[in-house]
Amino acid sequence: MTNTSSPLSSSLANSLRSGPDERGRFGIFGGRFVAETLMPLLFELDEAYRAAQVDPAFREELDYYLKDYVGRPSPLWFARHLTEELGGAKVYFKREELNHTGSHKLNNVMGQILVARRMGKTRIVAETGAGQHGVATATVCALFGLKCTIYMGATDVERQKPNVFRMHLLGAEVKPVTAGAGTLKDAMNEAMRDWVANVADTYFLVGTVAGPHPYPEMVRDFQSVIGVETKEQITQAEGRLPDVIVAAIGGGSNAMGIFHPFLDDADVRLIGVEAAGHGLDSGKTAASISRGRPGVLHGNRTYLLQDKHGQIEEAHSISAGLDYPGIGPEHSWLNDIGRAEYVGVTDEEALEAFQVCTRTEGIIPALECAHGLAHVMKIAPTMAKDQIIVLNVSGRGDKDIFTAAHHLGVNL
Amino acid sequence: MSRIQTRFAALKKEGRGALIPYLQACDPDYDTSLELLRAMPAAGADLIEIGVPFSDPSADGPTIQAAALRGLKAGATLGLVLQMVRTFRETDSETPIVLMGYLNPIDSYGPAEFCFDAAQAGVDGIIVVDMPTEEADLLDAHAREAGLDIISLVAPTTSNSRLFHVLRDASGFVYYVSITGITGTSSASAADLEKALPRIREATSLPVAVGFGISTPEQARTASRIGDAAVVASALIKTMAGTLEDGRATERTVPAVLAQLEELAAAVRA
Repeated sequence: MTNTSSPLSSSLANSLRSGPDERGRFGIFGGRFVAETLMPLLFELDEAYRAAQVDPAFREELDYYLKDYVGRPSPLWFARHLTEELGGAKVYFKREELNHTGSHKLNNVMGQILVARRMGKTRIVAETGAGQHGVATATVCALFGLKCTIYMGATDVERQKPNVFRMHLLGAEVKPVTAGAGTLKDAMNEAMRDWVANVADTYFLVGTVAGPHPYPEMVRDFQSVIGVETKEQITQAEGRLPDVIVAAIGGGSNAMGIFHPFLDDADVRLIGVEAAGHGLDSGKTAASISRGRPGVLHGNRTYLLQDKHGQIEEAHSISAGLDYPGIGPEHSWLNDIGRAEYVGVTDEEALEAFQVCTRTEGIIPALECAHGLAHVMKIAPTMAKDQIIVLNVSGRGDKDIFTAAHHLGVNL
Repeated sequence: MSRIQTRFAALKKEGRGALIPYLQACDPDYDTSLELLRAMPAAGADLIEIGVPFSDPSADGPTIQAAALRGLKAGATLGLVLQMVRTFRETDSETPIVLMGYLNPIDSYGPAEFCFDAAQAGVDGIIVVDMPTEEADLLDAHAREAGLDIISLVAPTTSNSRLFHVLRDASGFVYYVSITGITGTSSASAADLEKALPRIREATSLPVAVGFGISTPEQARTASRIGDAAVVASALIKTMAGTLEDGRATERTVPAVLAQLEELAAAVRA
């Protein structure tokens, strides 16, 4: 790669933040497992991204959009009532749900769309699960006047109707994918097929810290703004770093974004919450680290839910955004080296947390981050009152009210 | 000489290119696909590609996706595919067999064990769609040791300089993915191939098979003349799928595919 001599690399030599290596690997995870047709495009993207990274004009442009369009910085909110109710550690919310389009997804999309423009691409394809990434992508395509095609599993189209309608309003074409279980995994396959068939003008805008190198690194970098701000805000509020950071994980972009700036702060516990679905051992789960094993899918080596023959299994979660049988490769690595912990939260626990958050803080969280909150509700009461937890509230739950109502037995 | 080398050398003497039909293992069931496999050489197959079913075939079009699903439903595993080749080898020791699939089932089987078992079963080469040169060290040494060719894929997007990189240690033959796209969708024109092949031949002296989007006898003939072999996959599977009833084989299934294969073979030999 081109940046081996950059001044950063020497200072990062003993840092957990220095990955991936030049092959796009975090330990044994990551890599570039794609068809030859796509390899030249990945090199081209890598080059374009490296050039953007060192170009002050790019940074300036991104900062401008992050501030005035996305609405950054997002606040760090002390959840006083929730803290009192839990009766233990102080709970702070990093309020990514306040970003334009209602989730952390726009941080990454904003960065990548500027890269795509630098590369002269005129058409964008993306996969989406809950529709948050699809909406974010459709939004910037509307902003910059680019053609946009979003692949979404047919099951997800059904359970995330408001987001589908949003994407249509924004001028995107939404293609329902009926293959497999019709969820995020299948949408990802279809987006890759589109990309390989339209390489000349099309940019594949990956929504999470997974896929072939350089996507996991690039998406992490763009999402790291979450952790960078959190560090500054918690230091200002409390004069120190938090004891624990909690974030929900599907592919893992919001978690990677808040974890990464803290990787070298060994005293900060990092906890990723996977969707356990009906339970870790129910066979209906999306907990790739807890119940999967390493394998290769969608361009990277990572923990995957798979059978003993290496066939990928369908994931299950109440949250369409967590319904993915894999996880970003950097998380797999952080798990294996023990720097981050990965736990599971069931559909039911998440639904309970969803209601508690709404009632105590007046914030309707996305079902994705309700998983994170459910874990906070488990650990906060066991911690001392002067300890601090930061939860990444990665998205707002307006899109989930239909799902929640359905599960709570309410007919809307 | 390996079976692949022997076959291409013999065809060179004959003055024609090869026809490489494809079938998906266990599609729609083990017995039918084995019957088809065994009948293919007599119907004009010079080499045979066997697709190893995978749950997420992201480089394949709808036809092969459906075939893979049928194969998995019928219980296909990598072990069963090797069993199929072993059985085929009981009556055919000459027709080269190449497995085509995705990395994860191989990774799950164990790269070293797989290469050893595949060679033992009588497999001659493997095409791993999602294992580009940069990741091939996972299998390279094991394959070499087992005497298995890893068939390198090159694409229209592969630059001239990259061709040399990709084909530096290639063996068996080279698979040219003749379109930027997924299997069974569009086709490369003769003019496209006339332009691409010299580029590839600069970088390798190995035979070049042309695949993706070849469906008619005419296209097969063109590809096998400009290249050294034509791979026909989705077109044959489409025919087969058309004979199934409730996803099950009928008495028309094997004859229909073989009839189409004979037409393709006649065109390649014409």
